[in-house]
Amino acid sequence: MRPVDPRLLRYARATAGHLAVLVVLGAATAGLVIAQAGLLADTIAGVVEHGVGLAALGTPLILLAAVIAGRAVVAWVTEAEGHRAAARVKSTLRRRLLAHVVDLGPAHLTAHRTGRLTTLATTGVDALDGYFAKYLPQLVLAVVVPAAILARVLPADPVAAVTIAVTLPLIPVFMVLIGLATRAATRNRYDALTRLAHHFLDVVAGLPTLKVFGRAAAQADTIRRITDRYRRSTLATLRIAFLSALVLELIATLSVALVAVGIGLRLVDGHLDLRTALLVLILAPEAYLPLRAVGTHYHASADGLAAAEEVLTVLDTPRPEVGRAAPPTEVTDIALDHVTVTHPDRPEPAPDDASLHLTRGEIVALTGPSGAGKSTLLAVLLGFATPERGRVLVNGYDLAGLDPDRWRRHVGWAAQQPYLFTGTVADNVRLGAPTAGDTAVAAAARDACLDVPLDTPVGEHGAGLSAGQRRRVALARAYLRDADVLLLDEPTAGLDPDTEARVLARLRTVAAGRIVLLVSHRPAALAAADTVVDLAPAPRQPALR
Amino acid sequence: MSGEIRQVLRLGRTARGRFALAALCGTAATGAAVALGGTAAWLIARAAQHPPVLYLMVAIVAVRAFGLSRGVFRYAERLVGHDTALRVLGRLRVTTYRRLAALAPAGLAAHRSGDLSARLVGDIDSLADVWLRLLLPYTVAGLVGAGTVAFTAWLLPSAGLALGATLLVVAVASPALAGRVSRHAEARIAPLRGELAARTVDLLAGTAELTAHGATGLALAGYADADTALSAAERRAAAGQGLAAALATVAGGAAVWSAVALGTPAVRHGTLTGLLFAVLALMPLAVHEAYAALPSAAAQLPRLRGAARRVLAVLRRPDPVTDPAQPAAEPTPPYHLRLRAVTARWRDTDVLRGLDLDVPAGTRVAITGESGSGKSTLAAVLLRFCDHTGSITLGGTELADLAGDTVRRHIGLCAQDVYLFDTTIAENLRLARPTATDDDLHAALRRARLDGFVAGLPDGLDTFVGEHGDTLSGGQRQRLALARALLADPPILVLDEPTEHLDEPTAAALTRDLLAATAGRTVLLLTHRRADLTAVDTVYDLRDGRLIPGVSTAPDAATARTFVP
Repeated sequence: MRPVDPRLLRYARATAGHLAVLVVLGAATAGLVIAQAGLLADTIAGVVEHGVGLAALGTPLILLAAVIAGRAVVAWVTEAEGHRAAARVKSTLRRRLLAHVVDLGPAHLTAHRTGRLTTLATTGVDALDGYFAKYLPQLVLAVVVPAAILARVLPADPVAAVTIAVTLPLIPVFMVLIGLATRAATRNRYDALTRLAHHFLDVVAGLPTLKVFGRAAAQADTIRRITDRYRRSTLATLRIAFLSALVLELIATLSVALVAVGIGLRLVDGHLDLRTALLVLILAPEAYLPLRAVGTHYHASADGLAAAEEVLTVLDTPRPEVGRAAPPTEVTDIALDHVTVTHPDRPEPAPDDASLHLTRGEIVALTGPSGAGKSTLLAVLLGFATPERGRVLVNGYDLAGLDPDRWRRHVGWAAQQPYLFTGTVADNVRLGAPTAGDTAVAAAARDACLDVPLDTPVGEHGAGLSAGQRRRVALARAYLRDADVLLLDEPTAGLDPDTEARVLARLRTVAAGRIVLLVSHRPAALAAADTVVDLAPAPRQPALR
Repeated sequence: MSGEIRQVLRLGRTARGRFALAALCGTAATGAAVALGGTAAWLIARAAQHPPVLYLMVAIVAVRAFGLSRGVFRYAERLVGHDTALRVLGRLRVTTYRRLAALAPAGLAAHRSGDLSARLVGDIDSLADVWLRLLLPYTVAGLVGAGTVAFTAWLLPSAGLALGATLLVVAVASPALAGRVSRHAEARIAPLRGELAARTVDLLAGTAELTAHGATGLALAGYADADTALSAAERRAAAGQGLAAALATVAGGAAVWSAVALGTPAVRHGTLTGLLFAVLALMPLAVHEAYAALPSAAAQLPRLRGAARRVLAVLRRPDPVTDPAQPAAEPTPPYHLRLRAVTARWRDTDVLRGLDLDVPAGTRVAITGESGSGKSTLAAVLLRFCDHTGSITLGGTELADLAGDTVRRHIGLCAQDVYLFDTTIAENLRLARPTATDDDLHAALRRARLDGFVAGLPDGLDTFVGEHGDTLSGGQRQRLALARALLADPPILVLDEPTEHLDEPTAAALTRDLLAATAGRTVLLLTHRRADLTAVDTVYDLRDGRLIPGVSTAPDAATARTFVP
């Protein structure tokens, strides 16, 4: 992983500004560190060599206090500024992510990906706080502070400066070398830990089943055994993995020790005065400190950086090519011509070579076993899925060439598992027609036989409504669109026979002058259709009844 | 330290010796760093007096030795510390698992969903961090701090006092301030974050609906508003975030400053030599460098305390069922199951209220009822997962007088929420009978009508089923669970909504096969599907906690045949 992803600078401009601010703050930190060391060296040398009293130290002590206060202020501003920048960048990334995902369309959003993206847009992006507030500032300090210290030490004691200059680069070099050498071991350990946690979770989640078969007690030993085995194998890899930390500490501390001994000997020879020696002694560890801290903050920010990379990868996914032509003003006729779609997760295409003709005023029912591609066919008609073979003709025009947004204005759709938004029932019915008046909403609800008051509050995921009521809200939503085409996926599943009969009777009225395609297993719904198409799986051809 | 953390430490107390060793190594490492700072200061100050180099040899060797030993001791600390944490982890897992096993499933009612058990397991695992990431750094810092303060106080008492005070600020006050600031900020930001998360879910889970209805623009605009509010609140809260770091910086500077300010008069008055003054002035830099890691260790405290609280809450839950001290002898055939005036509670409500039922050996009884009517509670009572009042006898022996495992050898369960372990088909089956041969497994699969499917798999019985059996369809999972229940071969089999979560054709086929596979066996079928009742001897409807002969007169009852005993 790169310390700063260039795409981050491109997608979130605030990052560049933040980096500039950090360089200024880093320079201020370096200046204050050097000033503090100089003041300390002066006062200590004065006291040790000349026995000066407090009275003479008045000014240096006030200056020292001011420098300390200055360092505190810079530390405060650095972190506060980091959080501020993080807030800006997170906001940019979140908005861009969601806008882009919506553009990519529902076909891109498998259930798994929806969950992953939700996590990414919420807690994932939030992990960037650590990256901006801790890691990036430290990274800048790791470059600015050692350089400034070397510049200060070089004229004072060139030998010490050379010692520092030679050993300092060893830290990142060894970090990278050992990191590369232990990467496989670290990955194995991480994998083993994941497997182990997974096993423990599997056993805990399956406890009721284990108890039913009297196997719960036996598993305690298994848990102990495999955790212990993991411990032993892990320690073997840790012995290597911790070498990086060992080398780091050795280089940093040993270098300081070497510098200390070196200046001590040059002091004895009289090549150096005490003040300079103290200055170098105080500054030497400060040169190594920021580099070592980068490592600790790196781990804290890795999550945020990984999330950011994932967001940037989504943003780099190109938007699908869509048609631009305007759809006909009135849709009177749809023909599916040998349509075949292969779902990425399934080996067999479904639907496979489906042909179908839909005309105004006719209710066509689509049936067939699960997995035959019924819902996929509706997705094709909605422009969510593209057939790999075959085409859809709308009044004779290829659907692929039409502007999908404008095409969908002609379509009312009730999903198999309708998604309801937090708000009221009326809000949900109005989804596709935000400006519809109360009478129109009430009429659509009546047509859908929706028997709950329109001001009923709807909780998350439709909480507060039964499954059957949720379906009818979706139905009313589709009706209110007043569209030429109605696509209804299992509109009566979960309804009791009475309600089902009423919904289907109403549908007959609603269907007048419209193209209606409904997907159902229910005999009553199939009986209410003018035509039933059995979308049997391959190799059987769909046949008209 | 809070009570929860103390109790967690008690759970891992066997690791105390190793932990002490890790702390010792850590103290040596950090101590070496501080000693290096002090010795180097002395070396420089002494060298400035131009003594013969020989006089400096001890200090030179000491400086080099401290420089070397720090890294080596740190390495040892890390190894021993991780060993300790992993040992604690193993122990925590076994201890909590034993307790969870006693509680499952009724005592874990609140933890039914996969997410919650994942969280519980994550909590248990994170408790090992209490030792490694919280206790170890603080113990080491405490020991080194105490040593340095004592040494400084020996040189100059007032300077020792000042150093001790500044170290306490870094170790205690600064993390406390950070915690306060972030709690304060969190209280304002959390609701806004929740609002944004809800809109995120709406946008992502509802993309299809929004796109189909041309409503994405409006939804994205609403999201942008919520995002602006959150981002503004976060920017306002940022100012407070750096205060703790600033406080720690001030404390580190104050330690050096006060050492100089207090040491200078002491040198003038002759109570402190110039050499030791250099040590006194420079050692605080090294100690504070070592203390800089403490705030991040302290930042773990709220997370660990939360995890500890949640784990302990589960562990402290009372046993849902207590096994008798002196279990009765195993019941003998015929296994007639008889329930009289049985009352049982589920989540503090009486779900079964004076229920009577007879299931003679070899008969098949179905109990219908809406979801929530208490069918699953009845299954739990029969498997001794849940306590009851009234009498339940199996072949004349009270269930309450038998050990739970004995009851479950006689009454088996095939439930709606089938759990398959992330291992092979064979291992999932052998759970029911570890000694079963491959032929036994094939026979059970045949009866569950899954043999054809398994035979068609390249790895056959050794096929992995994936997490929660994800690679199988709902029907296949249910059939595998049925095969497992048949393999266990209990005299009485309870089938709890075996066709739930399946689509209609699959459910109908499974019901047919289920009843065929269990022919001649004592079966209690709990279902809300009237279509399942075609081949049982007796049907009851569970309503208001009691059984009524025949099926209910719910809307679609007219379409099902009515059985009256």
